[in-house]
Amino acid sequence: MTIGLSHYLTVGAILFTLGILGIFLNRKNVIVILMSIELILLAVNINLVAFSAFLGDIVGQIYALIVLTVAAAEAAIGLAILVVFYRNRGSIAVEDINLMKG
Amino acid sequence: MNLSALFFYLFSTIVVASAFMVIASRNPVHSVLFLILAFVNAAGLFVLVGAEFLAMILIVVYVGAVAVLFLFVVMMLDVDFAELRQGFLQYLPVGAIVGFIFLTELLLIVGTWITGAGAAGAIRSPIPPASEVTNTQAIGRVLYTTYVHYFELAGLVLLVAMIGAIVLTLQHKTQAKRQNVSAQNARTKASAIEIRKVRRGQGI
Repeated sequence: MTIGLSHYLTVGAILFTLGILGIFLNRKNVIVILMSIELILLAVNINLVAFSAFLGDIVGQIYALIVLTVAAAEAAIGLAILVVFYRNRGSIAVEDINLMKG
Repeated sequence: MNLSALFFYLFSTIVVASAFMVIASRNPVHSVLFLILAFVNAAGLFVLVGAEFLAMILIVVYVGAVAVLFLFVVMMLDVDFAELRQGFLQYLPVGAIVGFIFLTELLLIVGTWITGAGAAGAIRSPIPPASEVTNTQAIGRVLYTTYVHYFELAGLVLLVAMIGAIVLTLQHKTQAKRQNVSAQNARTKASAIEIRKVRRGQGI
């Protein structure tokens, strides 16, 4: 049994679903939600690299590199916002983030 | 079953299991450590498929920078994480239903994937044979020529993220005493020394 494109896409799909489940289930902890977003972006990267390898086009790996950059930037900004929010409110629960509901 | 298939199943099983533990473990520190495990095994998957450069970048950037950043923040914030876990089971039914439907749809699409006839003609920059050009060289040849604008844009995104993170977290303390170099340099003999005559037996 050879490992084909579908195998990698299946791994990506399972990772993506686990990331979405993480956002759904952890309604109180922002850090785990940020980690779930990282999982989703990892699944996207696996898809891009698998398509790049099995179709023989290297552009997919370039885009995976760009996605990696955006993921790193997003983690840095998200954690900075989290630290500032904790400094102001003393909590990181999602339910407490309601100051702007107007 | 050949060796590459064996390693594919090994890596993918550990990726999926550790991704599950990321969202299921009680302690966020354990979540971060499982996230690191997931990234390392995803790098193994990349190596299997021939994308060595991205695998190394994944380890350096994600494990070396992002995961350690998560670990710092988790340990810096003094939060009662047991309290944050309450209500986990409350959203489990609807989350499980949505996740199941989503995963089924994705697998139905992915499992029946057939590469179209026009796909071979649409390839913009084919991967050169690995015996002639390494993966890193192949990426560099395309990234610095055709896609150089995307490369610069990625650098700009990182610059903005760095400035944003610094601006957000920097706090100026008004009570802190700082050295004022220009004021020190501007001192003259007249402004620095005050001469007074002191009478014997009396203070100033």
